[in-house]
Amino acid sequence: MAYLELNNIYKTYGEGDGSTEVLSNINLTMDEGEFVAIVGFTGSGKTTLVNLINGLLQPTSGEVLFKGVPVTDTSHERGVIFQNYSLLPWLTVGQNIYMAVKEAFPKENKKALMEIVKNYVGMVNLTPAINKRPKELSGGMRQRVAVARALAMNPEMIIMDEPLGALDALTRGNLQDEILNIWSQDKRTALLITNDVDEGIYMADRIIPLKPGPNATLGPEFKIDIERPRDKTAMNDNPEYKKTRNSIIEYLMDIGDERKTVSDVEYKLPELTPKSFVA
Amino acid sequence: MEQEMVLKNENSLSSSLKQMLLKLTPSIKKDGIIKSLKNTGITLLSILLFIGLWQMGSKALYNKEANYRVEKALQEQGEAAAVAERACIESGDSSCQPNTLPSPSQVWASLQSLIADHQVIRADKAAFAEKMAVTNEKMISQGKDPIVYTGRASFVDIVLTSIKTVFAGFLLAMFIAVPIGIVIGLSPSLRSAFNWFIQIFKPVSPVVWYLLVFMIVKTLYIGDSSDNAFVISFISVGLCAMWATLVNTAMGVASVDKDYINVAKVLKLGTFQKVFKVILPSSLPLIFTGLRITLSVAWMVLIAIELLAQSQGLGLFVWEEFQNGANDSNSKIIVAMFVIGIIGFLLDRLMLAVQNMVSFNKNEMA
Repeated sequence: MAYLELNNIYKTYGEGDGSTEVLSNINLTMDEGEFVAIVGFTGSGKTTLVNLINGLLQPTSGEVLFKGVPVTDTSHERGVIFQNYSLLPWLTVGQNIYMAVKEAFPKENKKALMEIVKNYVGMVNLTPAINKRPKELSGGMRQRVAVARALAMNPEMIIMDEPLGALDALTRGNLQDEILNIWSQDKRTALLITNDVDEGIYMADRIIPLKPGPNATLGPEFKIDIERPRDKTAMNDNPEYKKTRNSIIEYLMDIGDERKTVSDVEYKLPELTPKSFVA
Repeated sequence: MEQEMVLKNENSLSSSLKQMLLKLTPSIKKDGIIKSLKNTGITLLSILLFIGLWQMGSKALYNKEANYRVEKALQEQGEAAAVAERACIESGDSSCQPNTLPSPSQVWASLQSLIADHQVIRADKAAFAEKMAVTNEKMISQGKDPIVYTGRASFVDIVLTSIKTVFAGFLLAMFIAVPIGIVIGLSPSLRSAFNWFIQIFKPVSPVVWYLLVFMIVKTLYIGDSSDNAFVISFISVGLCAMWATLVNTAMGVASVDKDYINVAKVLKLGTFQKVFKVILPSSLPLIFTGLRITLSVAWMVLIAIELLAQSQGLGLFVWEEFQNGANDSNSKIIVAMFVIGIIGFLLDRLMLAVQNMVSFNKNEMA
C-alpha cells in the first residue's frame, strides 16, 4: 500500500458554464520516506493540488488516500509550509510556533511545549529573534519560522508549497540545505511544489512536472539518481544531473510551446510611432 | 557609592554619545528645530488670525444691532430717547446691551466667571457636607438615605456629567455591537438576516432614538420617582453610536485573511480557539477603528440627546443658556462650544492611542 495516493483527481472551481476545471486526472503515488518534487509554471494549479493533499480542499471527483484512508480534513500528520509564510503577525516567532505545538501535543505541559519551541527555533537559527514579530524579520527569516512551525508539530509528512519562491538565491540555497538536513534526520516523507527545476533536482528523489492548467495534469516522472548528500557545486558537473535537468527543461519548454500554440487569440496592437525629440 | 559611579559613567557615556550624534547631524537637528518652530508659529498665527476675525465680526454685528436700537428709539420716541439709548449702550449698562455674537474677550470673561462660579459651588458643597456630616451619620446608622447636596450644578459638574454619559453610552455600544458584530461576521446567513435591520436603523436620527428609548425606559421606571434622565440619555447615545462599531466588527471578522484561516485549519484549532486566537486578533484594527468612530459620534449626538432628556450635561446647559437670554448667555454658549470641541478632540486622541497600542500593523495605521 502506498503512503500517499491520488487517484483520478479532478478539481473544478465554480459551477455550470462559468466553471473551470483546474486539475484533470491527477494520479500520483508516494512511498514513505520519499522526497517528491512537483514542478510547474505559475498558475498551473500547484497550490490547488497542495490544498487537496493537505485537506484544505476536497476534490470534485477522485480520491486522496493517505496511508489508505481518504483525506477529508486537515491533519497534524501532514505539516504544511505555505507559500506566503502565513505567520500570524500579532504573535511573536515563539508564540507562532507555540500555538502550533500546543495543538499538536495537547497533553504536554507548558514547560515541555516551550522546550519544543526553543528546540525548533534553534534548529532554524532564529533563537535571537524568538521574541520578534514577523514584521521585524526578513523574508528568509519568516520562511524559516514557517518551516519551524510545520516541523515542530512533528508531522509524518511535510507538504511544501513553493516555500522558497519569494526568496533571493542565496537565502534560498541556505534554506534548501536546512530543509534537506531536517528531512534526512528522520526521513519524513516530503512533497515539494516548486517552479525551480534546479531546486527540484537538488532536493528530490523524483520530479514530476505539472502540465499548466486549466486541465492541469501530471506529466511523466523523472527519477533523480544522484547520491545524497548532494553537493551543489559538484552537481553542476555531474552528467546525470545535466541529463535530467535538460530533459525536464525540454519537456517543460515543449508543453509551454504547446500552450502557446493552443492559444489562437490574436491581439490587435495599436499603431504607434515613436516620437522624436531631436528636431 | 558604587552604583552612583556606574550611573555617572552611564550618564557621561550617553552624553558623549549625544554629542557625537550632534556633531554628526547638526544640520538635521537644526532643521528639525526650525521646522517645529515654524509649525508652532503657523499654528499660533492661525489662532491669532481666527481670534482677530472673530473680534472684527462680533464688533460689526454689535454695531449693527446698536445702530438699529438707536434708530428705532429715534423713530418711535424722538431724539431725546435716541441720545439716551446711545449713552446707555456706550456706558456698558447691562439693561441695553445688544445681544449678538460675543467677542473673544467676553467669552474669556465668561469662562472665568464659570470657573469662579464652580469654586463658589464647591465651597458651598463642602460647607454643606460639613454641616450635614453628623446628621448624615445618624441617618445612615438608622438605615435611612443620607441627605445629599441638591443645589445648582457647576460648569465642571456639567462637563463631568456629559463625559460620564458619553462613556456609559460608549460602553453600552461596545458591549452590544462587538459581540453581535463578531457573530454576524462569522456567519454569512446571520449577516443577511441582520442586514436589513442594520441598514434601516443605522441612519435613524439621535432625536428619534431618544424618543424610542424614552418610551421604553419611562414604562420600565413607572412608579419609580428617581431621575431617569441619565439612563435615557446614555442608552440613546449608545444606540445611536453603536452602528459604526457593529458594521466594522462584522466586516473585520468576515474579511480575515484567507491565509490565517488556512493556518487555523492546518493547525486544527477548535472553533473557540479559531475565533479568539486568529479571527479576533486579526480584526482588532478594524474593530478599533469602529470604536473610534463610535466614540466621536457618541460625543456629537450627546449634546442633542442631553437637551431632550433634560440630563444635567453640556447639551442642557447650552439650551438653558439660550432660553435664559441673559447678558452673558451667548458667551457662555460659546464657552460650552469650545469645551465640547476640545473634549471631543481629546477623546479622539485617546482612542487613537488605544488603537495604536492594540493593533499589530502600526505602520499601516499611520
